[in-house]
Amino acid sequence: MIQHDIVIIGGGPAGLAAAAAAKKGGADDILILERDGVLGGILNQCIHNGFGLHTFKEELTGPEYASRFIKIVKELGIPYQLNSMVIDINKEKEITVVSRENGLQVIKAKSIILAMGCRERPRGALNIPGYRPAGIYTAGTAQRLVNIEGHMVGKEVVILGSGDIGLIMARRMTLEGAKVKVVAELMPYSGGLKRNIVQCLDDFGIPLKLSHTVVNIEGKGRVTGITLAEVGPDRKPIPGTEEHYSCDTLLLSCGLIPENELTRNMGVSMNPVTSGPMVNDRLETDTEGVFACGNVLHVHDLVDYVSEEAALAGQNAAKYILYGASKTSGNGADAPRCSADAGICTGGSNGGTESSSAGACVAIRAENGVRYTVPQSLDPAAMAEKITVRFRVADVYKDRSICVYYDGKLISKKKKRVLAPGEMEQVVILKSSLAEYPDLKEITIRTEEES
Amino acid sequence: MENAKSDVLIIGGGVIGCSIARELSKYQCRTILLEKDEDVCSGTSKANSAIVHAGYDAKTGSLKAKLNVQGNLMMEPLAKELDFDFKRNASMVLCFDKEDMPALQALYERGVANGVPGLKIISGEEARQMEPNLSDEVVSALYAPTGGIVCPFGLTIALAENAFENGVEFFFNTKVLEIVKNENGYLVKTNRGDFETTYIVNAAGVYADEFHNMVSEKKIHITPRRGDYCLLDKEAGNHVSATIFQLPGKYGKGILVTPTVHGNLLVGPTAIDQEDKDGTATTAEGLAEACEKATKSVKNVPFRQVITSFAGLRAHEDNNEFVLGEPEDAEGFFDAAGIESPGLSCAPAMGLYLAEMVAEKGKFEKKADFKATRKGIVKAAELSREERAALIKEKPEYGTIICRCENISEGEIVDAITRPLGARSLDGIKRRVRQGMGRCQAGFCTPRTMEILSRETGIPMEQICKNSNGSEMIRG
Repeated sequence: MIQHDIVIIGGGPAGLAAAAAAKKGGADDILILERDGVLGGILNQCIHNGFGLHTFKEELTGPEYASRFIKIVKELGIPYQLNSMVIDINKEKEITVVSRENGLQVIKAKSIILAMGCRERPRGALNIPGYRPAGIYTAGTAQRLVNIEGHMVGKEVVILGSGDIGLIMARRMTLEGAKVKVVAELMPYSGGLKRNIVQCLDDFGIPLKLSHTVVNIEGKGRVTGITLAEVGPDRKPIPGTEEHYSCDTLLLSCGLIPENELTRNMGVSMNPVTSGPMVNDRLETDTEGVFACGNVLHVHDLVDYVSEEAALAGQNAAKYILYGASKTSGNGADAPRCSADAGICTGGSNGGTESSSAGACVAIRAENGVRYTVPQSLDPAAMAEKITVRFRVADVYKDRSICVYYDGKLISKKKKRVLAPGEMEQVVILKSSLAEYPDLKEITIRTEEES
Repeated sequence: MENAKSDVLIIGGGVIGCSIARELSKYQCRTILLEKDEDVCSGTSKANSAIVHAGYDAKTGSLKAKLNVQGNLMMEPLAKELDFDFKRNASMVLCFDKEDMPALQALYERGVANGVPGLKIISGEEARQMEPNLSDEVVSALYAPTGGIVCPFGLTIALAENAFENGVEFFFNTKVLEIVKNENGYLVKTNRGDFETTYIVNAAGVYADEFHNMVSEKKIHITPRRGDYCLLDKEAGNHVSATIFQLPGKYGKGILVTPTVHGNLLVGPTAIDQEDKDGTATTAEGLAEACEKATKSVKNVPFRQVITSFAGLRAHEDNNEFVLGEPEDAEGFFDAAGIESPGLSCAPAMGLYLAEMVAEKGKFEKKADFKATRKGIVKAAELSREERAALIKEKPEYGTIICRCENISEGEIVDAITRPLGARSLDGIKRRVRQGMGRCQAGFCTPRTMEILSRETGIPMEQICKNSNGSEMIRG
């Protein structure tokens, strides 16, 4: 059997950044498995700019951003295998991979970094009634056809969902000569970044209809039109508000789903809110030596944060290889390790079940408008000097604070004029701040209204 | 169509037309099949419950009952002969009210009289032991061990390929416009020219009444009866193992919950009578009704895992009976009309029944060289690791995974396109190898599959269709 210290599943932005960090962290025997024919993942089709403002302090296109990391990976001499589809990973960290060149291989890894990314929610999962003609695309599929394959998918376009890819495609289709008639969003707020609404819709005069959805699709061969309706607070269409749009294309940008089939099959505990695995502050799942990062862990808005998160996973995988599992906690072999499932709390606020054992582990709990956190637990003794906890809020909130509590004691409070589900938020937890709380059980992150 | 002079001309490439074609291909006769769409299995056969009924539903002594029980028996050996997916997963008819028990008993007795083997009435407890997710309200159930599930695409395509291999000629995108009786038989006018034929088999699904009425004064009328369905992710596929029906009762005709032969969960159908013979649009009400009624039978159906919904049309004949054979006033014209449920279950038996009828009329002799078996497309993901490794070594295209969700390789897609009667559309590929049928619903694999289809057939990308002409994927 082929063996490697670290195998990274996915050669997109997360996999590349993880690989580079693992190598720099001292791991030598790394392999990246990528199912596509090139490295870089979905960035390759994101030919618009706006990437890298945090990482490189300049505005890059998706392929440019990817190429910077590909260059690093190549310079570091990290091997990668393209056109290689992982079809199974088992608990023993044996990876089954299929490719044209190498056939069916089983690779045994000491550590695995999950970086498979996410997929788009399709029409079927949205249960939109009507016909099933050609011309219904998820925004990302259309983006690939237009930007990579060079084929326009249609001329008159309606977009359902205001996720970032949908917004980007509204502009892209317009620039390519199509007429984008409307972007409809089920929720009373957009799922995308504010800057994308301004730059992709407002600048082109494309209307955004909030609290609207598609209630019918017409066309037996190709889409000929759709019907929009306003939805009430229950998100159900309001009779009498129907509006017909003739169009030949319906693009869907209705959410991204982390691609965790492999993760689930290997028995890793999942968080039902993120649809990603549960992880601790090292981004390690509850299967020892298996780390996760990027959109497979939770869906991000900015690739910069993916790279940052993935680098952390890569560093920790390298430590795992160099020092072994028990020593990553820094407490010696006997100290109880903080396993990811220890952070899972009852009550459903952060998903999952109550922790069982784990002494030195602190759960991170999402509450009152905070939908989830990543990570879901941390180990105060072994943690880095500071860790970034990322999360999303459940609704659009005005004038609220993000509050952090240690076992019920308010530690920090940061005022926010606007919070929106479309923008990922974060708080930083300093190791030093935990020193005064040796028996800490739980960190709570919640929003609170300004009084 | 200069040479288009056939002994038998079949209108319609659904499961019934293809079954008759395959049975007729055992005889020495020239058989032509006309299909208005780009592929076989494009109408009712593609959108239904995919059930092989045990045979207790139809009236004892009716042709429906006889063909159902016979078709059910034939399905298993046929699946082996023609290499399509079929599973005898058993079925249950649920009774929710003690007052309805006599109706359940009557169904049992009818089934026994129809010759359905192994039927028994079980208690609600027994039913729940077999199917833990059944509703607590179930008081009793009719259990039928011979109930089955089949891949309707697989069945239809297998029949068609085997018929083709045995000499049946298929004409696609060929729509019958007019049928004229002449001294030798019939002249069939289509959008692609005229066809001369001695006999006609009318297997045109919801359109069968139109063709029947062109040649016969004994008019029939078919109502497209629409049924909406929801298909759930494979993760929900084990929610029930048998096909779960509801005893028709005071809440109306029930709907079913069943695993599919590929491991998804299927919920439906509703029953809406309509006029539009292409009207396969689902409605919000229909989908909601299907889901709501399903919850009466089965607890906790994970509707969040719906991956697609669709509607199919049953060809409901007003007299509620199959219309099979020659009308009195149209000699040489054979109907296979009004084929609604259990039409799919009957298909093998009905093909045999009608082919024998036509062969007798035409005094066709059996062929000596009929090839009874057909090999399907290899399913690389179902092979053992060693077999799969060996396959990729021999044919590297089986190592390139195109459809991630269903784990379908380029080799399988190429086979679907290049084999006899190969796919010419994305839906054609999907029905042959399940590319795009998974949870992402072709999000990732659509561009790749379009490229492969274009490369293998020479169809330019701009003309690649989802299914029939007019369903182009690209519009620049």
